[in-house]
Amino acid sequence: MPAVSKGDGMRGLAVFISDIRNCKSKEAEIKRINKELANIRSKFKGDKALDGYSKKKYVCKLLFIFLLGHDIDFGHMEAVNLLSSNKYTEKQIGYLFISVLVNSNSELIRLINNAIKNDLSSRNPTFMCLALHCIANVGSREMAEAFAGEIPRILVAGDTMDSVKQSAALCLLRLYKASPDLVLMGEWTSRVVHLLNDQHMGVVTAAISLITCLSSKNPDEFKTCVSLAVSRLSRIVSSASTDLQDYTYYFVPAPWLSCKLLRLLQCYPPPEDGAVKGRLVECLETILNKAQEPPKSKKVQHSNAKNAILFEAISLIIHYDSEPNLLVRACNQLGQFLQHRETNLRYLALESMCTLASSEFSHEAVKTHIETVINALKTERDVSVRQRAADLLYAMCDRSNAKQIVAEMLSYLETADYSIREEMVLKVAILAEKYAVDYSWYVDTILNLIRIAGDYVSEEVWYRVIQIVINRDDVQGYAAKTVFEALQAPACHENMVKVGGYILGEFGNLIAGDPRSSPLVQFNLLHSKFHLCSVPTRALLLSAYIKFINLFPETKATIQEVLRSDSQIRNSDVELQQRAVEYLKLSSIASTDVLATVLEEMPPFPERESSILAKLKKKKGPGAVTVELEDGKERGELNGGGDRGGDAAIAASNASTPSPSADLLGLRSTAPVSGTTPSAGSLLVDVFSEAGPSATSAGVNDDGFLSALHAPEASDSPLVEGPGDSDSAPPTVASEDPAPPLPESDELLNKFVCKNNGVLFENQLLQIGIKSEYRQNLGRMYLFYGNKTSVQFVSFNTTVSCPGELQSQLNVQTKTVEPLVEGGAQVQQVINIECLTDFIDAPLLNIKFRYGGALQNISLKLPVTINKFFQPTEMAAADFFQRWKQLSQPQQEAQKIFKASHGMDTEVLKAKLLGLGTALLENVDPNPENYVCAGVIQTKAQQVGCLLRLEPNAQAQPGEQMYRLTLRSSKDTVSQRVCDLLAEQF
Amino acid sequence: MYISHSSLSLLPSAPAIQIRFILIQNRAGKTRLAKWYMQFDDDEKQKLIEEVHAVVTVRDAKHTNFVEVRQKDLLDAMSFRNFKIIYRRYAGLYFCICVDVTDNNLAYLEGIHNFVEVLNEYFHNVCELDLVFNFYKVYTVVDEMFLAGEIRETSQTKVLKQLLMLQSLE
Repeated sequence: MPAVSKGDGMRGLAVFISDIRNCKSKEAEIKRINKELANIRSKFKGDKALDGYSKKKYVCKLLFIFLLGHDIDFGHMEAVNLLSSNKYTEKQIGYLFISVLVNSNSELIRLINNAIKNDLSSRNPTFMCLALHCIANVGSREMAEAFAGEIPRILVAGDTMDSVKQSAALCLLRLYKASPDLVLMGEWTSRVVHLLNDQHMGVVTAAISLITCLSSKNPDEFKTCVSLAVSRLSRIVSSASTDLQDYTYYFVPAPWLSCKLLRLLQCYPPPEDGAVKGRLVECLETILNKAQEPPKSKKVQHSNAKNAILFEAISLIIHYDSEPNLLVRACNQLGQFLQHRETNLRYLALESMCTLASSEFSHEAVKTHIETVINALKTERDVSVRQRAADLLYAMCDRSNAKQIVAEMLSYLETADYSIREEMVLKVAILAEKYAVDYSWYVDTILNLIRIAGDYVSEEVWYRVIQIVINRDDVQGYAAKTVFEALQAPACHENMVKVGGYILGEFGNLIAGDPRSSPLVQFNLLHSKFHLCSVPTRALLLSAYIKFINLFPETKATIQEVLRSDSQIRNSDVELQQRAVEYLKLSSIASTDVLATVLEEMPPFPERESSILAKLKKKKGPGAVTVELEDGKERGELNGGGDRGGDAAIAASNASTPSPSADLLGLRSTAPVSGTTPSAGSLLVDVFSEAGPSATSAGVNDDGFLSALHAPEASDSPLVEGPGDSDSAPPTVASEDPAPPLPESDELLNKFVCKNNGVLFENQLLQIGIKSEYRQNLGRMYLFYGNKTSVQFVSFNTTVSCPGELQSQLNVQTKTVEPLVEGGAQVQQVINIECLTDFIDAPLLNIKFRYGGALQNISLKLPVTINKFFQPTEMAAADFFQRWKQLSQPQQEAQKIFKASHGMDTEVLKAKLLGLGTALLENVDPNPENYVCAGVIQTKAQQVGCLLRLEPNAQAQPGEQMYRLTLRSSKDTVSQRVCDLLAEQF
Repeated sequence: MYISHSSLSLLPSAPAIQIRFILIQNRAGKTRLAKWYMQFDDDEKQKLIEEVHAVVTVRDAKHTNFVEVRQKDLLDAMSFRNFKIIYRRYAGLYFCICVDVTDNNLAYLEGIHNFVEVLNEYFHNVCELDLVFNFYKVYTVVDEMFLAGEIRETSQTKVLKQLLMLQSLE
């Protein structure tokens, strides 16, 4: 094997590095570097042409200086020169310099790309790899533009060397990640997938990363990879430890490749083909079996490699969540690891079990390990392991063990690491609320929480306990009693004072019968804490006092005296002073009745998501979320809120906000719309009368009559019958087919994605204006046909058709128009649209008329797009994050990165996003430059919740500005369609 | 460990980049190799280097070889923005690999070891100075084994054969 001695090859470099290492101070180092830079600069500028070796050496020195943390502002050209050397060592230094010091100098990029191009076509595998590595390391858009077409060809060519294939696969992956729009796999897809069969394991190892990434973005196109991956995996798993020679690592056959194969399979649901599935289950069983076999080596490398595969297999089993037998076996295996002497394994077992806990098949099996996990929480040295234990306890908690787990977590809190206290507090608070059977336990737990870790009890936690106490009258008396007792402690946390003040102010009367907690005793107790508290707490207490005056008239004199004291009424804090003054006045002049009304008991809080849960989700990354999904479902039990489970989560929350009647447009009623009369229609009329008052309302009326007269024709399928030929059109026209849609009709369609009104089409003869209005899954569109000439149009006829499958997706009804349009006149047509299910295409509008004898035949796309059926959905950040997580399957997401075609004006962007029909959510995305929106698409068949995120890179130079648009929805076709539509808008 | 980022490439829903960076540091915090697989600006790189050093050097053998990195940015609740450092100490050097939080810890832990064994063979009992004086060759070794943030080749025999071949070239 090669042994490389210090800096062989470039003596000057070695000397320089030694000099730098010998520098005693930073100043000496800088001095030495400056000397060297001057030397190199003079060499580069000198008259004498440098030979390749010297150039390489100096460029390498510059690189070294750069890596030490100094700026380098020259040498790029010399590095680029090295690229065209035909010596490997010179080329390598050139490429390394370019890779580390990417420069956006466009002149250089052209030269670099040129050199890369030469190397790629050199047929010298070493040079090809260097070039590919450079592309993979830089990954710029310019490189993607230059090489994204070439690399797939290299990757699949029959005569490409294996090592080049490996580099090409990963190079392509890098370009795809950086510029997905430029990498078009189309024709290569199948050959790339078949690299899984390549006999060179290194090629498979590299290619599978590419395939996994592509699969996660286009699962359908790559789904043939599943069976190939299974058979490859099967061959590896069943091979003996020596079969794979070079790829056996410490007696484990191809561990990394096995992991990658198992990971690729996690992009897909379980295989449908029984044989493939059987084979896969066999593999998974073999992997689980091997874990039980005695190790073939005592080395940790052996067990790590083996367990890497095991954990990946368990991830796949959890991903499928459909094989109870495997899930339970996985759980038992992890249970063994919980007690393993290797900390790594204990940590990973806790982590992996956390996800198992949320599967219905393994939840019970996970619960059997509760004692071990509690022990881990108490004894592990590494705080990250303790944190995993806490996570797992939280995940495995249910009604049967809640009291035990909450008690353990509470006792752990007393000594818990500061870094995890706040999160622990939130978790305890959530579990206590979620599994509270009797609320006295809940109140006890939260007050304990405040007592033990008051500093870490965030506002959300004490808000929540108050919300619950206010809303549950069976616990109010107990809460008042408990909080009264807690306040007896000489030093109690300010949060306790807040809760105490609030609860006694509301429900102190419930314990006032006991002389030990008479009104005056309660007041004195609270007031004894007053001076130790911060301003907000004092303000809260003042409110509690005025409430006392109402609850207990006997305290009035005492409290008025307190309010009247200088420290209150002349308090330097405006808020406190104002409260004191106002409360004093209120208590003196208001009658008992007025007082009782003003200071009435707080009404129940509207049910909403727990403020604590929201907080936890903000705090915590993915780990916590699995359990929280459950929370959503179970919360209903406790709070009496609606059931928010199921896939229509967004829709359900939307339904709770008042929404206009579904039948607003009256489309479903049998009677034709009579525009002006009923209350339901009036809103619509208002909407339109704003825009074009007299003509429109008259038009609506006319249409009412017309549609009644022509109803049968209106419902004729325009596709079957030639348009208008059953009507009044002259025989000559009857044979004319509708013209194909105008070439610009897609563009016209795009114009209306974010707006509903405007001019759809215009030529010398005709102008078509459009107004539309949508409610739920129904829409109405008004088309205004304006004759721009002074001559009448005859045989004027329009039809709307739904091509192909659109017929079953949209129900479109039109009313016929008068066949005669006078010169300068405008006629109007109403189109009613019902969205049955989500759709992609747009209905076609065909207009035919004769102008001076010549037949005009125009086809356009009607701007009816899926987003028109959006209902905006307002939601809090936490809700948004949770839903976003719920929609995490690859096919639920659609994403586009595209160049900005217009400026990035905030107001314009906002208007467009609102025009899309979604709610624009403020203060959700932590980056204020981004936009997030939410809405529900209403179709007759279903409601599709949709989340959107738009990220501009506004800081970029004009011309470089890009957007990334991400759509997530419960339906893949919807994500894709909305993404496509919206991407055209910016 | 809290790090905040601004660059577009870090945003959550970008296709996950497996390895975000590979760092070799000595106990004093001197960087012996930094290989970045996503765009960071110089300040971010410096900050990451310092923070990785701060978190790994305080850990001992009883600790796991994994450190989760949480970003202050709230977006981590929204998606998989968290990542983790998988590290292993060899004498005075820490080999750290930063990967996505969902990635396979043990596979990368052994990925580090595999890499170290190759370096050891290539430099004949590798020591810190080898990495200093031959920094430009270390990059070649890395590129043979890891490319575009993914594992490229795992066979030590194949990698060493290739390195030997390159060594023989002028």
